[in-house]
Amino acid sequence: MTDRPDHRAAVARRLKQRHAAERRFRLYGLLAIGIAVAFLALLLGRIIEQGHSAFVTHSITLAVPVDASRVDPAYPQGANYDQMAAEALMARLGVDASDPINGRAARDLLSPDMGFQILAQVREDPALIGQTLTIDAPVGDDADLYFKGEISPDTPQDQRSLTDQQIAWLDRLQADGVVESHFNTGLFTRSDSTQPETAGLLGAIVGSALMLMVTALLSIPIGVLAAVYLEEFAPKNRLTEIIEVNINNLAAVPSIVYGLLGLAVFIGWMGLPRSSPLVGGTVLSLMAMPTVIIATRAALKAVPPSIRDAALALGASRTQTVFSHVLPLAMPGIMTGSIISMAHALGETAPLLMIGMVSFVPGVPEGILAASSALPTQIFIWENAAEAAFHERTAAAILVLLVFMIVMNAVAIVLRRRLERRW
Amino acid sequence: MMDSTNQHTVRAYGDELNQITADVARMGGLAEAQIADAIEAVSRRDEGLAQEVIARDAKLDELQREIERKVIRLIALRQPVATDLRRAVAAMKIATDLERTGDLARSVAKRSLSLVEVEPLAPLTRSIERMGKLVAKRMKTVLDAYTSAEVAGALDVWSHDDDIDEHYNALFRELLTYMMADPRTITSCAHLLFMAKNLERIGDHATNIAEMIHFEVTGGELELSRPRQGATDPVRSTEDPS
Amino acid sequence: MIDTRPTLGPAAQGQGESPGLIKLRTRGVNVFYGDKQALKDVSLDMADRAVTALIGPSGCGKSTFLRCLNRMNDTIQGARVEGVIELDGEDVNARSVDPVALRARVGMVFQRPNPFPKSIFENVAYGPRIHGLTQSKAELADVVEQALRRAGLWDEVADRLDQSGSSLSGGQQQRLVIARAIAVDPEVILMDEPCSALDPIATARIEELIDELRRQYCIVIVTHSMAQAARVSQQTAFFHMGQIIEIGRTEDLFTNPREQRTLDYITGRFG
Repeated sequence: MTDRPDHRAAVARRLKQRHAAERRFRLYGLLAIGIAVAFLALLLGRIIEQGHSAFVTHSITLAVPVDASRVDPAYPQGANYDQMAAEALMARLGVDASDPINGRAARDLLSPDMGFQILAQVREDPALIGQTLTIDAPVGDDADLYFKGEISPDTPQDQRSLTDQQIAWLDRLQADGVVESHFNTGLFTRSDSTQPETAGLLGAIVGSALMLMVTALLSIPIGVLAAVYLEEFAPKNRLTEIIEVNINNLAAVPSIVYGLLGLAVFIGWMGLPRSSPLVGGTVLSLMAMPTVIIATRAALKAVPPSIRDAALALGASRTQTVFSHVLPLAMPGIMTGSIISMAHALGETAPLLMIGMVSFVPGVPEGILAASSALPTQIFIWENAAEAAFHERTAAAILVLLVFMIVMNAVAIVLRRRLERRW
Repeated sequence: MMDSTNQHTVRAYGDELNQITADVARMGGLAEAQIADAIEAVSRRDEGLAQEVIARDAKLDELQREIERKVIRLIALRQPVATDLRRAVAAMKIATDLERTGDLARSVAKRSLSLVEVEPLAPLTRSIERMGKLVAKRMKTVLDAYTSAEVAGALDVWSHDDDIDEHYNALFRELLTYMMADPRTITSCAHLLFMAKNLERIGDHATNIAEMIHFEVTGGELELSRPRQGATDPVRSTEDPS
Repeated sequence: MIDTRPTLGPAAQGQGESPGLIKLRTRGVNVFYGDKQALKDVSLDMADRAVTALIGPSGCGKSTFLRCLNRMNDTIQGARVEGVIELDGEDVNARSVDPVALRARVGMVFQRPNPFPKSIFENVAYGPRIHGLTQSKAELADVVEQALRRAGLWDEVADRLDQSGSSLSGGQQQRLVIARAIAVDPEVILMDEPCSALDPIATARIEELIDELRRQYCIVIVTHSMAQAARVSQQTAFFHMGQIIEIGRTEDLFTNPREQRTLDYITGRFG
């Protein structure tokens, strides 16, 4: 009893130190979060800054006379419509069309898309040959960059891609009101192209979607059933332990190894078409399967044993217990795990590079056996392109990919909240 | 004062409690009959009746043992509390009182057999008879109060214990007078004296039962000083003077 | 040598209230979990139409013994059961006996109420459905109603059979679980501390239910509460460290046990 006052004094002394330690720890925690958030903001900020301009594009409306003398009605694609369009532009600007320098300068300001549109219209209706067509097409990639302010007249001429003359022309065109800016729907409705102004993500999006479908159809059923077997039916012996360890290790294998596997086995040995969503999907499903198995096992483990006991004690067989009772209860966890694995698979690039989904594919893939690209590889391709305008489009593509992943993760979270049941 | 008129959730428990109360009531009826028959045997000098009373006492003993066994079983198996516990304990103690009452009535009957052999002493016999009827009435009142779990009747008996004491004291003096007047009556008077004592003891048991009823219903004790009367009243002994 | 002769005398069949013939018979039961021996040489008879209570301190093997009776120990990895366990004279561990069929005859109620996360109707209907006991939907609905009535739950849930089983209170859930068990028309009901998660009023209702059910079934109940064993059972077996110390009629065991260890346990002289 006599120690009591000393006791309390000792506790009081330590108390100050302990509170100080608590505050310091809280500070460290906040600092760590702050740094992480700052990096994230920095990263996102940079990407948004670089990419937001790609969602806007400029187009020009031009009246182009289709010179009947240069077009063979039986073979319309032989004519040089780009030249006709450039001449129309020079006529509008009041510039001498015979000067080849002017000609090239004018051609550079326009997109080949204008020529393709004219060709398409003439093909459809040959009566248009000899008429004047009003075409609305994107401006050339450098012109577009100039209008967005990326190319500045202040930099010395030899360091920029537009001459002073071209800039003067563009200013005139803009002042005349034939240039307008609008949302770049082409980014989502067109596929890859050599010209930045006509390049879009549609092909890559479809390719990714087809690939994900294959991945999901392969990895989810197989993964879930494998996990159910391992968790509910397999005897707990050495063999199952080894299998478990290996599955956990597989989840940590670098993804490029799966790419090599895909190249050697699916393309080399089985002869599946290169660059196809089928191969891409299969490779990614191998990658996603360990994650699905681990997530499913965790969800199964979370089901309380009392449910199993109750079913077994009632006379249900093992299989009935698992499929009627345990699996439905584990479903929210399984779905969340699967969706998150799919979200990861969506963003994997290395294995896709190995199996060739990095080639230039100008159209939309028809099926899972057709050559296609995917969103991550499309980003990779555009990043390596020469034209300056691809710069902003790469960043825009990254944003699109990020949005997809955020949406998939959000769906997983919402589903989990909705389906979580208390038992 | 609270009571428990709701039925027990576990019906068998309630049934067991009620059975014990019913057994005590039955035992009470039997004890009442013993007292009445013993007194009648004395006043009518009926040997046959006296023998019946003596034989029937075994039944009272058996009933008391059975009630005790049932109460112990109830306490062990049902863990009664509050009113249920008091009811069980009261039943066991009242059974004991009734068994002692039975013993005392048997003792009166036994002595009546001895009295039959000698000359009757009518006035004394009548006094005994009067006292006996009073005691019997007290016992009936208290047992009725038990059956209906009603404190008023019990209190009535409890507070009028001195009436019986008065009777006893009066009889005591009367008998002393007789014995001093005529020594030939000493044997008879001695028997009569013991009978009077037994009857007075029965009255005490009735008062005990009244106290138990009060305890069962209210949970409290009656004032410790029970009404006493008479300087001639010797120190109470708990032994049966038969 | 413990006297294992049945302490409840056989009564003529069909008398309803009094205990019947021996329903479950066990001799020399040993149970091992891996190398650890959980039960040693346990022999106990359990009569039909009576409640047998198993009491004893924690970890003494009473739940293990209970699980032997419906072969739930089979679901535990590394559990080994030896000895004779007979239901109506046939060995439950024989190869010819399907545990699934056995568990339709021997039902079980657990410590924590564990209704399936389905509707009340589905909970009770599950058993009859998987065992194919009914022919039509109407028959199934009838079976469910009878089971709920017998469990004393019908009046409270008749108007909300499609609500989730977990929307009921603890006591109601336990009665639902009992209804689920009796819906398959078992012969034996095993109860592993069925009231330990319930409040006193819910407990009293379950005990009254047990009192009613024992007129028809053989009931074996494991309980931590000696008071409950005293209230509810006709025969009690005291377990300690995997062995049976004493078996006896409940009222004899609780008023005058034969063994010193039993006496010490029930009077709380050792824990």
